[in-house]
Amino acid sequence: MLKILGYPDRYSVAPGEAISFQISLEEGETFDARIVRVLNGDCNPAGPGLDLPHHPSSVDGTYPGQKRRADAGSFMRAEGVPPLSAFSFRALLWPTLLARSGQVIAAQWDAATHTGFYLELDKGRPCLVVGDGTGAVRRETLPHAMLERKWYALSFSLDRETGDFRISLSPQRRDFGVEDAGERVGRFATPGAPSAGPFYLAGLPLPDGTIGCHFNGKIEAPALLAGSEAHAPLAASPLSTSFASRLIAAWDFSDGIRTTRATDRGPLRLHGSLVNLPARGMKGSGWTGTHHSWQAAPAEYGAVHFHEDDLYDAGWPADIVWQLPEDAKSGAYALHVRCGETGPEAMRECYIPFFIRPPRVKKPGIARPKVAFLAPTCSYMAYANHGEHITVRGVERLMGRLLHFGHQDVYLYDHPELCHSLYDKHADGSGVCYSSRVRPNINCAPRYHSWLGGDGSSLYQYNADTHLFGWLAHHGIEYDIITDEDLHRDGYPLIADYDVILTGSHPEYHSTAMWDAMKSWIDRGGRLMYMGGNGWYWRIAFHDELPGVIEVRRAEDGIRSWEAEPGEYYHSFTGEYGGLWRRCGRPPNMMAGIGFVAQGFDVSSPYRRAPDADNPRAAFIFEGVEDEVIGDFGLIGGGAAGIELDCINPLLGSPPNILRLASSEDHSPLMLLVNEEFTATQPNLGGDQNERVRADLSFYETAAGGAVFATGSIAWCGSLPCNGYENNISRITLNALKRFMDPKPFV
Amino acid sequence: MYRINPDTDMPFVEEFRRQPVGRHSPGLMRILNTLRYDPSGRQIVLFCRKPFAEWQIAEMPANRQQPLVFEDSPIFTNRDEAEWEVFRRRWFAATGQHLNQPFRSADEA
Repeated sequence: MLKILGYPDRYSVAPGEAISFQISLEEGETFDARIVRVLNGDCNPAGPGLDLPHHPSSVDGTYPGQKRRADAGSFMRAEGVPPLSAFSFRALLWPTLLARSGQVIAAQWDAATHTGFYLELDKGRPCLVVGDGTGAVRRETLPHAMLERKWYALSFSLDRETGDFRISLSPQRRDFGVEDAGERVGRFATPGAPSAGPFYLAGLPLPDGTIGCHFNGKIEAPALLAGSEAHAPLAASPLSTSFASRLIAAWDFSDGIRTTRATDRGPLRLHGSLVNLPARGMKGSGWTGTHHSWQAAPAEYGAVHFHEDDLYDAGWPADIVWQLPEDAKSGAYALHVRCGETGPEAMRECYIPFFIRPPRVKKPGIARPKVAFLAPTCSYMAYANHGEHITVRGVERLMGRLLHFGHQDVYLYDHPELCHSLYDKHADGSGVCYSSRVRPNINCAPRYHSWLGGDGSSLYQYNADTHLFGWLAHHGIEYDIITDEDLHRDGYPLIADYDVILTGSHPEYHSTAMWDAMKSWIDRGGRLMYMGGNGWYWRIAFHDELPGVIEVRRAEDGIRSWEAEPGEYYHSFTGEYGGLWRRCGRPPNMMAGIGFVAQGFDVSSPYRRAPDADNPRAAFIFEGVEDEVIGDFGLIGGGAAGIELDCINPLLGSPPNILRLASSEDHSPLMLLVNEEFTATQPNLGGDQNERVRADLSFYETAAGGAVFATGSIAWCGSLPCNGYENNISRITLNALKRFMDPKPFV
Repeated sequence: MYRINPDTDMPFVEEFRRQPVGRHSPGLMRILNTLRYDPSGRQIVLFCRKPFAEWQIAEMPANRQQPLVFEDSPIFTNRDEAEWEVFRRRWFAATGQHLNQPFRSADEA
């Protein structure tokens, strides 16, 4: 069990700025905290060992702590809806998880006094609940149940004066033999009293102050009208304009898709807020398929998909605020918190990583390092709380070994309210398309060992990148750290002055702004060291208003753990076409010379020198390395070529002057060709039988005097530390870095 | 779906016992893909209670909302030994045959 965890309010902080940390203490009343530098987060006894030196700061000390929880689940809240006495409600619904009981569709309800009304689903049957504050709560249920993933019109009328009610359900499409249409009229003996509080969609305020009873599914065109009305006119979409003078509110989700606002088309302008980022840009009941972009036909995208397991902001108050000194050195750091001894039964410490970036405004007269590490924080966010080892039963087949769980994974299992990565599906089976960093990110930390991380150290993403931090420290390389979010916001000017940029082991997710900035830098003479594989793979988008959240649309093709529905390939955050960068016309080969070809998570393989290794242009790379076979060792799977591999492909944009220095071989049968590399399923997809499965260690010069050194393997960094950093992978990498740091142009 | 034959598939048992994690032959891959599928929805996992030192077998119930179930005993001090134990149990469930070899015999150790 994990007894302490938390998150920072940002992943990147500049000198002189402040960063806060939000902590949940699961045991005891106090915890110790200090800042550490992160130089190696891997405790594998086969490697150099943990290197997390204390960085003395004003943070050092003991703090009070308490248990904190995230209130997961998305909903709409609208203030100012008047207390409702004689009214009707209607909405179009597409429910997705009817097995979950007590899902509320609409509510104006005082949780303390049980006053007001709410409309809920009782195993798919609409149920109207009213309360008058005396404790008398009445329910009337329609005996007809909805089916999942089918569009319905649901409406009710209620007159508190007389107690008369009507609840009605009609499907958009009748299916033979299915009784999912019906109506019930009656009279409440005690019809409840109106509540003056906010109006909610897809959730119910609970006595403890949280919002619960979340509806899973799409809601479209919800509306409140004065007075009673029959169902048929309320089922029409759009609502007839003859209702205009009776409108209390009519929310149009097709407006403001890029925002968190739910526009009220009624005259009272009771605009709603969408909380915890339910999915927008979702097909509505009237989607015809003529247009696939919500920008082309917004009226056909008037649905919002709510989930009980959406989370944007965990909302924990700050426990520690660190005001950085003006001269804080750029690098990888973590807040180390501890509440006791860690033993087999519990982990009582946690490392919360962050990066100190260079100052936002260049200080005249201060020379920055010419080397930078671009921390792939978008990829760290994409994988935040990755839970497929929990939810995808049978994924052990793909891993080739038993699924590794640590204390942090057990915590994740027990706390689904921390919600998901971009790899997961919601409880209702729909894909998770938004991931926020404003919540604990359990697997992005030193000391986290991942079920995905290859036999051996089992590291992935953040903690795998600490192998590179250790290597850079060992060789005394001075460098700045900047993050993806910095690059997205600041663009090319952020990196213009760096001669060399190193990537992490797996820089997979990029926004258009990030992509453009990096390409500009390479084309203007930059020297890129691509220290991983599967880079520049998926397009992501940032939100216009909310910081720290990214969106992916897993559209056609690519290795994907869920599929976006046809018609939902366009980002709600930006309107851009989503999916693989390759399918957007920018294969990774255009950026770094090579592109994704295979993945496998059990064991890794060596490279064999290729004829181009002896090309005089590459002589500097192999200086001091005579070996025919390189990287037949490594902490990630026992070899330098593993996890995910990239190779040369001129048809995808590998430049004509690229040198293939070495290629990997002897792959496991579980190193599988990726699906975008075949259009018809082949019988020989594994690395033991498919000649296309390989990583290509590559190099090329660019016309502006720069160059690209590309390893083509996520596992490469895991070979750097072997034998005390004395090995051929380390030597090759150092040779490349030293030459790249020499400003002399390549051409 | 492939039906394991405890007689003709025995060489793959020995291959697995020699190296539970690694480049496996197609025949062993087929056995493992068969054994690693549990139609009940339950999933065995390996809980590492002390990094690189101690492991326990645990199981996720088919219903995600129910808690993990940990086996208090045995505590493995060798990851591959845990792999062999799970393999043995799955082999028995699939074939009714007990694999009574230890992970490493006294000679092999």
